[in-house]
Amino acid sequence: MAESHVTRHARGPVTYLIRVFAIGYLLLLVAWPVALVVTHTFDDGLHSLRAVFSDPDTVHALQLSVIAAIVATAINTVFGVGMSLLLVRSEFWGKRLLSALLDLPLSVSPIVVGLALVLVYGGRDGWFGPTLDGWGIHVIFSTPGIILATAFVSLPLVIREVVPTLREIGIEQEQAALSLGASTWQTFWRITLPSIRWAVVYGVVLTLARSLGEFGAVKVVSGNVLGQTRTATLAVEEKYLNFEADVAYAIAFLLASVSVVAIAIVSFLRSRKAH
Amino acid sequence: MSIEITGVNKRFGDFVALADIDLNIPTGQLTALLGPSGGGKTTLLRIIAGLEETDTGQIVIEGQDATRLPVQKRNVGFVFQHYAAFKHLSVARNIAFGLEIRKRPADEINRKVGELLDLVHLRQFAHRLPSQLSGGQRQRMALARALAIEPTVLLLDEPFGALDAKVRKELRDWLRRLHDEVHVTTVFVTHDQEEALEVADSIVVINEGRIEQIGTPDELYDAPASDFVLSFLGPVTKLGDRLIRPHDIEITRYEQAATASGPITRWTRVGFEIRLEVTPDDVLHPDPVQVTVTRAEATALGLHLGDRVWLRPAIGAEQVKA
Repeated sequence: MAESHVTRHARGPVTYLIRVFAIGYLLLLVAWPVALVVTHTFDDGLHSLRAVFSDPDTVHALQLSVIAAIVATAINTVFGVGMSLLLVRSEFWGKRLLSALLDLPLSVSPIVVGLALVLVYGGRDGWFGPTLDGWGIHVIFSTPGIILATAFVSLPLVIREVVPTLREIGIEQEQAALSLGASTWQTFWRITLPSIRWAVVYGVVLTLARSLGEFGAVKVVSGNVLGQTRTATLAVEEKYLNFEADVAYAIAFLLASVSVVAIAIVSFLRSRKAH
Repeated sequence: MSIEITGVNKRFGDFVALADIDLNIPTGQLTALLGPSGGGKTTLLRIIAGLEETDTGQIVIEGQDATRLPVQKRNVGFVFQHYAAFKHLSVARNIAFGLEIRKRPADEINRKVGELLDLVHLRQFAHRLPSQLSGGQRQRMALARALAIEPTVLLLDEPFGALDAKVRKELRDWLRRLHDEVHVTTVFVTHDQEEALEVADSIVVINEGRIEQIGTPDELYDAPASDFVLSFLGPVTKLGDRLIRPHDIEITRYEQAATASGPITRWTRVGFEIRLEVTPDDVLHPDPVQVTVTRAEATALGLHLGDRVWLRPAIGAEQVKA
């Protein structure tokens, strides 16, 4: 019914001026540049895309990006749902501090995140690094480091989706399930998770899109070793600086397409959730 | 005794929700916990269910000490004011939930769910989602879901509180008839005295965390233990130095031996009933007295606003010294 309360004023010249400004702004800032990436990719047909897939190092970079994004998303989904339950369903000392801390990854520059991770997990003089190195686990300049950095940066996205939904559904359905004999675990799988499933899916899609595009933190922790720890975003920079702009555009196009698909899925889910 | 409650205390911070509650609820009866909002009745119900823990005291359900038993193990059916329907499950799956958890064989579940759907008259809605049902239908579904596990006791928290007046009355009759069929020990919380008087076998009046009185509806109505119980079970007014129900006052336009006399100073017609206010001449008791008469009585007595009338308690009227 909210729509019916919106009063419509006569459209004066100011209304049109604001519209033109908004559309023009978006066009110049977002639509046009992204469109140019697409047109540049297909400047000479499928040539640059073929170049991407024929270079084993670039293919490796794409694979690494996808793996890091999937693993980071999986970690953040499990952690995010658990953390949301903790934040909404229980009271404890320091809850507000924890809640504020969870938003930190969104406000801190990814490059700071990268440096911080090196300080803790660095192989030679990090806090844990040497110990883990001793066990044969290399974090920095290796895949675990890339996953860690990616997970850090996209940490709050699932939580931010799930927390409001958990608040909205309330606690009574869960209490009803408990009174009918369900264990805490059964209640979670049969009642809580189905109730928040769209929020989880939404959070997962956002996390995946964000993880795939991570650059700054990964650049610091990965070491950017060709064919080993170079991710797709790092490859874009490398190719661009090495005068292989067409390949850079092609990889950028692939990354952008995933994001566009993700946004399309999310808005589709949103419209479903609304009905 | 089906539910024995001894020495139960519950605090929420500084707020005393329940103070030294001792209560026995008999098997097979329909008991109402009646009282004003915030009086502790819902807290008591939730403590019986195991959804809330008591600070002190003991809860025994059918001879078994349930004080430290988690809600899952108590085998109680709980019905919430706002239904707590599982929104993503169909009506039939909602009802089947407790049986599925108990891993009963599929054919037994189907049979049982079918029976319960008939019992609550929702057979044709079996495959709908709760969002496609009306409030009254949802609450019947919630009842069937609670009954499916064959609970030792059935606990209802303001079960009709969220429904409109007409549906509430229908469901009230229906609950009474259902209880006569199923005979499960039932406790329901309500703040509506009419609901309690009409449905319950016995009523427990709870106010400010304490039990004011326990008894059958008639006992409570006829012999209220305190002026709180008297005033909570229906309208009261003060005639002379005693509290009395407005419809228990005899009113006449002719001078006679009376407790009070004075002009009719207010006249409110509500359907078949007329609510009058008479301001007594008595300087010791100058507060207006409420008198309720039917429209027919008012016509027969020839009453009009401003008429001088004489009031006295009707024969057999219940009075409590104020």
